[in-house]
Amino acid sequence: MTEQKYNDVAALKEQPNVPCPPAKDLHPLMKEPLVRMTKRGVVTTKHKAVVYVVGFFLALLVGALMLLAVGKNPLIAYRDMAVGSFGTAIASAETVRIAVPLLIASVAVGFAFKMKFWNIGAEGQILAGAVACSYIVIHSINNGNYIPKLPLHLIMVIFAMIGGAWFGFIPAFFKTQWGTNETLYTLMLNYIAIQYIVYLQSLRTWQDPRSSYPKIVDFSTFTEGKVELPRLFGVHVGWIFALIIAIIAYFYLTKTKHGFEISVVGDSMNTARYAGMNTRWIQIRTLLISGALCGFVGYLQVAGANHTLTETAAGGVGFTAITVAWLAKLNPFVMIPISIFIAMLQKGSLFIQSTMRIPASVADLLTGLILFFMLGCEFFIEYKLIFRRKRNVSRLEQKEVTV
Amino acid sequence: MKVLTIIINWINAAVISGTPLLLATSGEILTEKSGNLNLGVEGQMYMGAIAGLAGAWFTEKWFGVGGIIPLIAAVIFAFLMGCVSGLIYAVLTVTLRANQNVTGLTLAIFGTGFARFFGEVLSNKAGGFVAVGRETKEVFYIIDFGKLSEIPVIGTLFFRYNWLVYFALIIAIILGWFLNRTRKGLSLRAVGENPGTADSAGINVTRYKYAATTIGGGLCGLGGMCMSMVSQKGVWQPNCVSGYGWLAIALVIFATWSPLRAIYSSIIFGGLTVMYMRIPIPGLPREIYMMLPYIATIIVLVLTSIRQSKEHAQPASTGYNYYREER
Repeated sequence: MTEQKYNDVAALKEQPNVPCPPAKDLHPLMKEPLVRMTKRGVVTTKHKAVVYVVGFFLALLVGALMLLAVGKNPLIAYRDMAVGSFGTAIASAETVRIAVPLLIASVAVGFAFKMKFWNIGAEGQILAGAVACSYIVIHSINNGNYIPKLPLHLIMVIFAMIGGAWFGFIPAFFKTQWGTNETLYTLMLNYIAIQYIVYLQSLRTWQDPRSSYPKIVDFSTFTEGKVELPRLFGVHVGWIFALIIAIIAYFYLTKTKHGFEISVVGDSMNTARYAGMNTRWIQIRTLLISGALCGFVGYLQVAGANHTLTETAAGGVGFTAITVAWLAKLNPFVMIPISIFIAMLQKGSLFIQSTMRIPASVADLLTGLILFFMLGCEFFIEYKLIFRRKRNVSRLEQKEVTV
Repeated sequence: MKVLTIIINWINAAVISGTPLLLATSGEILTEKSGNLNLGVEGQMYMGAIAGLAGAWFTEKWFGVGGIIPLIAAVIFAFLMGCVSGLIYAVLTVTLRANQNVTGLTLAIFGTGFARFFGEVLSNKAGGFVAVGRETKEVFYIIDFGKLSEIPVIGTLFFRYNWLVYFALIIAIILGWFLNRTRKGLSLRAVGENPGTADSAGINVTRYKYAATTIGGGLCGLGGMCMSMVSQKGVWQPNCVSGYGWLAIALVIFATWSPLRAIYSSIIFGGLTVMYMRIPIPGLPREIYMMLPYIATIIVLVLTSIRQSKEHAQPASTGYNYYREER
């Protein structure tokens, strides 16, 4: 009966007497701990899947308890979230629209995270890209709207990527030069970017003359629709770019020299240095790419989703992207379904806000819970727990007792 | 004379707005001294903010009293909620060995979502928005020291604050004394510097990490309560913490892991956050001026990283989990 627990042969071979050490081996004063843990020899895919599924449902269960605590029916809430995010074609399109920036930003922060460079400034990098490409639009508008559609978009993309890359470069430079804490640095840049957009809203050349409160002009009406990205299946074409980026990123990380360098730097900076890698340049280069991708998200938000520039253009994407990247284990392919799932939570939460009066912030709550449980899962995949059993009772006798 | 009055009033405002920072910074220092780099302070403050407000509001509602009793409820609830958030972090990083950075960031996301969720539920319940009664608000007002507060200069500088200012000061001083003058404090620092050595010396590393992270979380929760009850005057605002948690983490670096230095650091940063309201600089747009605390944080980060000193460095094991079998 106990043997069934060890379904893999390797573990059995390694530890023949694992279940309970004979009591005489222990010093009389030493008590066997109630629970102890050992590393698993071989981790099977089945075991992994079981742990993840259990963890996921536990997260939903805790979320359900919180919904119950505020007097809502969690089952209806979860069902409505699914219906609200994929029930109709319009809802599905909206869900994908939320997933697009999330996916690209996750790929971007994934690059940095793989290097153990804690870039939590995706938000700021997105906004920097958005500001940079909006600058071109505003410039065009103020000069008689002279740039034709295609060149306008090309210049916007280039500016957005330079803007984002710049915001990625600054912290990377200081980190590699003096070891400045990149977590806080990138985070402070988020606030600076938000504040800068608030400033732009009050600037005469950027402001919407018809609006009574500070707000940047609607690009769509002022450029006669030139800014708008075309749509395919009801969503702006950004989703195609997002998929392409995820695929390229996967091959970049796994099949190229650059990708290899990134993983070595992430695993051990000393090894990388010893192998003669230019760790400084690798970090700066990766952050330039990471920032540029975020800048591209900024462009998509301006040209595809909002058609204007607001301080909420990034809208928490930078933070949610961290969750997506980590849930996907930094694998760009896995980020595709996960970003769609998180987008589903967000869209679904907006739906239940209107139907069940459940605050939309339930999406953040659930995202956080799921990640908490997934982080905890890692432990149960890598280790197994062994509980103390009654002393002086041999396995055989124990069997008899239970029978 | 006018300039002096402006400056003195500015310092007064700096101390008041630095108080939540001081509480959260003290909490984070305690946490980091045990080797746990908790990036979730923002989330912890949010959780404390909503728990404190909800505690006060429900006490008022159920017992029909205002004033000191809801205040005590707010303090207890905020502290306990902060402890719970610290406990989540400790379980994940100490027992389940999860990555500290990611766990902290998740706590920040979760805490923000948690507070906004329950804040809005509470607002719906209260019919629009949550606000505590006048009596409860008043106990968070500036304490009346009578004649003392009327002394020119000194009165404004020392005797025109709410009780949390003095409370936070006492906490920081006690923490400084605890870390540097007691046996337990020494053990805690040993755990943060080198858990392997501490373990060999018979110190229970797990217990110290749990205790420091939990109580540190509780202090962050109190900092959050300070934001919701004092800064927002007992009204729920979904953005009430607005980056103070992140500033607190930066302040830990600025204060070089010393609760006593955290006192003046938090006053300086408190001053920077309110400077745009107090000291107008002609020609500088207000929106750009409001970036000041964030720019100052960056400057502090860069400067402290350039002149790294051995003595004022972060506890050596901060950010790394302790695996006993890998000693």
